[in-house]
Amino acid sequence: MTAPSTTHTSKPAVDYLKIPATGEPYLAGCVCDSCGATYTGTRKVCAHCSARGQMRDIRLAEHGRLYSYAIVHRSFPGIEVPFISAVVDLDGGGTLKGNLMDIEADPEKIQFDMPVRVVFRDALGRKDKDGNHYLSYFFVPAD
Amino acid sequence: MNDEVYVVGVDMLKFGRFPDRTVPDLGAEAALLALDDAGLDIRQMQALYCGNLFQANGMVGQRILQQIGQTGIPVVNCANACATGATAFREAWMSIKAGVHDVALAVGVEQMGRGLLGGGGGNAGIPTEGLLGGGTMPTVFAEAGMEHSRKHGTTFEQFAKVSVKNHHHSTMNPKAMYQVETPLETVMNAEMISYPNTKLMCSVNVDGSAAAVLCSGRKVRELGLTDRAVRIRASALTSDPWQERNLVMPDVNTCTRIAADAAYEQAGVGPEDLDLVELHDCFATAEILHYENLGLCADGEGGRFIDEGHATLGGRTPVNLSGGLLSKGHPLGATGIANIYEVVTHLRGNAGARQVDGARLGLTHVIGLGSACAIHILERV
Ligand SMILES: [Zn+2]
Repeated sequence: MTAPSTTHTSKPAVDYLKIPATGEPYLAGCVCDSCGATYTGTRKVCAHCSARGQMRDIRLAEHGRLYSYAIVHRSFPGIEVPFISAVVDLDGGGTLKGNLMDIEADPEKIQFDMPVRVVFRDALGRKDKDGNHYLSYFFVPAD
Repeated sequence: MNDEVYVVGVDMLKFGRFPDRTVPDLGAEAALLALDDAGLDIRQMQALYCGNLFQANGMVGQRILQQIGQTGIPVVNCANACATGATAFREAWMSIKAGVHDVALAVGVEQMGRGLLGGGGGNAGIPTEGLLGGGTMPTVFAEAGMEHSRKHGTTFEQFAKVSVKNHHHSTMNPKAMYQVETPLETVMNAEMISYPNTKLMCSVNVDGSAAAVLCSGRKVRELGLTDRAVRIRASALTSDPWQERNLVMPDVNTCTRIAADAAYEQAGVGPEDLDLVELHDCFATAEILHYENLGLCADGEGGRFIDEGHATLGGRTPVNLSGGLLSKGHPLGATGIANIYEVVTHLRGNAGARQVDGARLGLTHVIGLGSACAIHILERV
């Protein structure tokens, strides 16, 4: 596994992962002031209640609980397996999908609703054609 | 307006792999078979609705007519993920229902590549599969199955039994890709793709086509086709309503539930009235969710429904007697008409060894991820 690297030269793996010039990376989201629906990223209209002009930018929580998962043993060529594809409900709203790390890829070891933390690490060493490093988010058991 | 719409002709190719053929060629063959089944000619068709996904910009419908008769009729090409074929069928139904046409042809056709579907995503300059979780179809439907597990304790073994059953049914269907019994241990010990879906719990990538001729009640009587006619009691199409986990977890449940509600209401029947169901078993995990989504059993009873054999030939509501997508195969654009072929074949009493005795009412269901759900209810008259 690639060592954590959060240098400011890394680019974000998704557009809602924000890397400020100073301070820690965070996940950006928005909440609808009309119905409370929470989303990753930004948007203008609420897909739930269709209200306009009610979306407020927030920082998503960095802890949550495992809602569902799959253990991926076969993927596209060149993708390292196995990995745990995890669906996590963040505390305070919003659901993210990501890799659940630092735990054995064994259904006996993975519990629904187990508390997890969001961590920011180098994107598994993946670089674009210009050689840029990327920063991504991952889940790890919280305990 | 036409009050009643009927299927008067329907057929499909035995699904398989035809790398040397073209999409219009496969579609044309099914179209001719369906016309022959109806005893009608392409010159009698007033419109063609053609479903194909992977060549959605390729004017496949027109290219089919270039092979079997360019009569100048309106052609609509449609793409709606795995609901593509059913959407084409429904467009034909709507045009007749509206009184615009009295007889129309619907064709669904697909040539599939090999390997995994889905994935990709993300706008970064790096691949995001295996970085932001998984996006392959086996993974998406594994996560949907595990959601059922967390709610109801559904087990890997119960999901695997779906595949055993559908493979068993396919041994009686000469048009299925595979006709091989696959015992539980074979299914569970097959290569794990995305837990809990093993390779034998994933639909088979095949090429194929299916076609149907739809007709108004007035035209059925005029053409003397009453003996061949199967009545379309309901046609419902939905998209996925907002759900809190939509952004990362496509919801195949709610769109199925609202489509089922609409279809049962249109037909004036309930799930207890159905003699057979062809539902969208793109993965074994999905089938158990849809037992409940379609009301074949109560919520939380899906695992027991498979355990107790209610979905097997001879059971309370046999499901996927064709072998389903798991064994008959899943050529995306053709699937939604091929399952209508299966139900019509039972309603006509022509299903051979897998025939449901005295079948009167059947339901077809498909889901296109993204999402679209189409349900049709068909009745013997
Ligand atoms: Zn809202």
